Amino acid sequence: MNESRAYRITIADSDEDFLCKDGQNVLRAMERLGRKGIPVGCRGGGCGICRVQVLDNGRYRTLKMSRAQISIQDEASGMCLACKLIPQGDLRIQPLGLLRKKLNN
Amino acid sequence: MSFTGVMRPGHVCIRVLEMGPALTHYVERLGLQKVGQDDQGRVYLKAWDEHDRFSIVLREADAPGMDFMGFKVCSTADLDRLELAVRDYGCDVERIPAGELVGCGHRVRFTIPSGHSVELYAEKDYVGNGLGLTNPDPWPEGLKGMQVNRFDHGLLYGPNIPDVVDFFVNALGFNLTEKVLSPDQKIIGAFLSCSNKAHDIAFIDYPEPGKFHHASFLLNSWEELLRAADIMGMYEIPIDIGPTRHGITRGRTIYFFDPSGNRNEVFCGDYTWYADRDPITWHAEELGKAIFYHDRKLNENFLTVVT
Repeated sequence: MNESRAYRITIADSDEDFLCKDGQNVLRAMERLGRKGIPVGCRGGGCGICRVQVLDNGRYRTLKMSRAQISIQDEASGMCLACKLIPQGDLRIQPLGLLRKKLNN
Repeated sequence: MSFTGVMRPGHVCIRVLEMGPALTHYVERLGLQKVGQDDQGRVYLKAWDEHDRFSIVLREADAPGMDFMGFKVCSTADLDRLELAVRDYGCDVERIPAGELVGCGHRVRFTIPSGHSVELYAEKDYVGNGLGLTNPDPWPEGLKGMQVNRFDHGLLYGPNIPDVVDFFVNALGFNLTEKVLSPDQKIIGAFLSCSNKAHDIAFIDYPEPGKFHHASFLLNSWEELLRAADIMGMYEIPIDIGPTRHGITRGRTIYFFDPSGNRNEVFCGDYTWYADRDPITWHAEELGKAIFYHDRKLNENFLTVVT
C-alpha cells in the first residue's frame, strides 16, 4: 500500500470523478470527498445498494461481499459492491444499485 | 412480566461475513461479553445486564442476515402449551434438542408467514450479571464501548404482515401495540409486545421474505445514546441515522451498521405498555414522522437497506 498514491474513479454516464487513495474503498473515497454517483447503503458488503460494474478491464481487488448480492458469476464479470472495491489503477465504473437484482428476479 | 407465557426476546443468531471484525464490533464497541464458541464456530455473546448465558450468536457465512430469533417462555409447561398452539395454528414445528445451542434447553422452531425462523425455549444456563442478587452494586466496572444493557428487540422485513400479526396475537398471545396502515387500510407495519415494553418484535412489509432490518440494544438514557454516537465517531462505525427519536414507540435511537452490513440499533426510553390499551395507529402517509419524528421524513435506506 502506498499512501501517497491515488487512483481516479470515473462514474460512467455522468460528469463525476474523484480520487481514491491506495488501499481505500471506492465508496468511502466518494463519501469523504462529499461526492455523489453511487448509492450508499450499509457500507459493509451486505445490502447490495452500492452495486457497480467495473468497465474497461480496470485493475482492482475486492474484500468479502455477500453472496446473496454478488454471485460467483457476477464477480467474474466485473460486478462488485463499491464499499468492498479497492482500486489498483484508475477505474471507470457503472452504478447498478438494486436494478440488476430486480431484473434477475 | 409476561401476559402470555412468552417472557422476552432471548436470543438472535446473526450471520457475519468475517468473525474477526464482527467480534471487534460487538465486543469492543457495543460492549457485549464473549461467553463461548461451539464446534460449528458460532460465537456466543451476552450483554452485561442479562442473566442467561448468551443472547447473541454470531455465525460466519457467505451472506449476512438473521438465522433465527428466539423467545424465552416462562416454564417448560408454557413451552409445551405454546408448541401445541403453534401446531394447532397450522405451522410446521421443528424440535431442536437441548445443547444444540450450548447452554440452551430444547427449542421449538417454526417459520412465520414473513419467512423468518422464530423459536421458543424455556431453559438456558443462568450465569447472572456479575453483581450478585444480595445487596448488589448498580453496575459492574470494566465495561467496554457503548456498554449496552441487553438485546431488546428485533425489526424484521417480509411479506404477509397481517398474517404475521394474527399468528403472534392468536397463537402466541402477544399484544399489537402500534400499527401502520396503508391507504387501503392494510397493516404494513406491526409492533408486537409479549411484555410491558412497547415492542419485543416488529415487522415491516417488504416483498422479499426473511429479511433482517435490525437488532436493537438497550441503553439507559439520552446521554448514554450520545456517548454511543461518540464511539461511532471515534471508530468510524457507519451511522444510518441518529441520534433522533422514533414516533412509533417514542424510543430514542441510533441506527448503525456492523462490519457485515447488518443494522444495529442502540435505543432508550420507550413507554410502558399495558394490555388494556388499544393499539396506536399510524397512517402510511405519516410514516416519515412515525419512524423519524424530528426530520418527519424517511431516509430511503430505512426502506431498502436490509440483509
